[in-house]
Amino acid sequence: MGTPLYSIPGSAPGTALPASPEADPSAVAAAEAGAARAPLRTVSEVLAVSHADAVIDELDRDVVGLASVKARIRDIAALLVIDKLRMTLGLQAQAPSLHMSFTGNPGTGKTTVALRMAEILFRLGYVRKGHLVAVTRDDLVGQYIGHTAPKTKEVLKRAMGGVLFIDEAYYLYRPENERDYGQEAIEILLQVMENQRDDLVVVLAGYKDRMQAFFRSNPGMSSRIAHHLDFPDYAPVDLLRIADKLLERQNYRFAADARTAFEEYLQHRIRQPHFANARSVRNALDRARLRQASRLFAERERAFTAEELTTIEAGDIRASRVFQAGAVRPKS
Amino acid sequence: MMTNPVGKITQGQFSFLPELTDAEISLQVEYGLRRGYAWSVEYTDDPHPRNTYWEMFGMPMFDLRDAAGVMLELHNCRKTFPQHYIRLVAFDATRGVESIAMSFIVHRPAREPGFGLIRQEGPGRALRYTVHGYGTDRPEGERSGG
Repeated sequence: MGTPLYSIPGSAPGTALPASPEADPSAVAAAEAGAARAPLRTVSEVLAVSHADAVIDELDRDVVGLASVKARIRDIAALLVIDKLRMTLGLQAQAPSLHMSFTGNPGTGKTTVALRMAEILFRLGYVRKGHLVAVTRDDLVGQYIGHTAPKTKEVLKRAMGGVLFIDEAYYLYRPENERDYGQEAIEILLQVMENQRDDLVVVLAGYKDRMQAFFRSNPGMSSRIAHHLDFPDYAPVDLLRIADKLLERQNYRFAADARTAFEEYLQHRIRQPHFANARSVRNALDRARLRQASRLFAERERAFTAEELTTIEAGDIRASRVFQAGAVRPKS
Repeated sequence: MMTNPVGKITQGQFSFLPELTDAEISLQVEYGLRRGYAWSVEYTDDPHPRNTYWEMFGMPMFDLRDAAGVMLELHNCRKTFPQHYIRLVAFDATRGVESIAMSFIVHRPAREPGFGLIRQEGPGRALRYTVHGYGTDRPEGERSGG
């Protein structure tokens, strides 16, 4: 048969694949308009087409603290935009390696930032779908011989077109057990990270020291990761702002003295073991809400005002075990 | 095969069209994924029209978002079985029954031997007809080339 007389729409080389239906319609429409337009020449053109700056601004606004991380993400976004421009001029043929590692203590916002990162990469056209698949060792490593490869491949296939977020990635490698199947998962992961970097972006996350040990024992993994982001612990001021934001989202607020009480609570809590930054704040607030509820529950006959139903009093905070002298029992 | 001048097997969708390119295959896969289908890769060396159950190459792929995963599996299958027929099958789980929504051949052996018509004498002057694939004269696994 000779050359076909028909053409399937969108099958011409160089045409972008249709974006997913759940994508932001304005962004999709803009991306389509951009594809039809002349090649992009300026940074503002790329940003106007992709709306990536909107996500970065949102990240700046919604995420408290983490100044160094935000600065790094701005740098990465700038690099990606410039790479786009270089690509249109033919100065750059290959897509850059975008795999990242997020290191930091629990509750420092690694998953939240990874979600935003997926969105930024999607807006700039470096991943096709922009979804995030979060997995741990259990999702990648099998229990029997021959069980690991299909399991890892299935996860990788699910993550294609988006971002694969491997939480506590160092558990993949267990040097103390030479028959551990984690090594097999790492090898498959490395192969896909190298050969299909325009299909998916891998983000490894975990505690800093253990991730460093993991990278030392897997130099191949370390060299394939372009960006290492370190998430610092939150300052008490930031934690208080996070608490305000969390309460506001659930239509609660601190009474004036409750905010001071919570500040004191944080000072105590930070010194205790198993402090998990923003996650501990959220759990503390959840328990404060429980105490507020039972305080109100005791008054059977009263009609409450909206004010009373939304306010967390200092007593709700101070009832916490953290304030009791000698309380060392860890609470997360 | 007088009715099939191109001398290739026509089963499933798109089989009267020229071979789909990889870009066109992934567009079809994208379409299926957007409609929530689960894709799977199947292969056989016995493409008899009544042979509906081909061998599965790996598990059906649920929860995929992008065609790249299906294409990866397809490339693996092509590498493993270069002289087999390979098709992509889309399964529509929303109907609650084993329902194939799409199915098309994406890989063929270099040479397709086709089918012969066999006539069997029946009682009286009756004739029974059946088709027999030339490729299946040899045992399974030795049928390379069709």
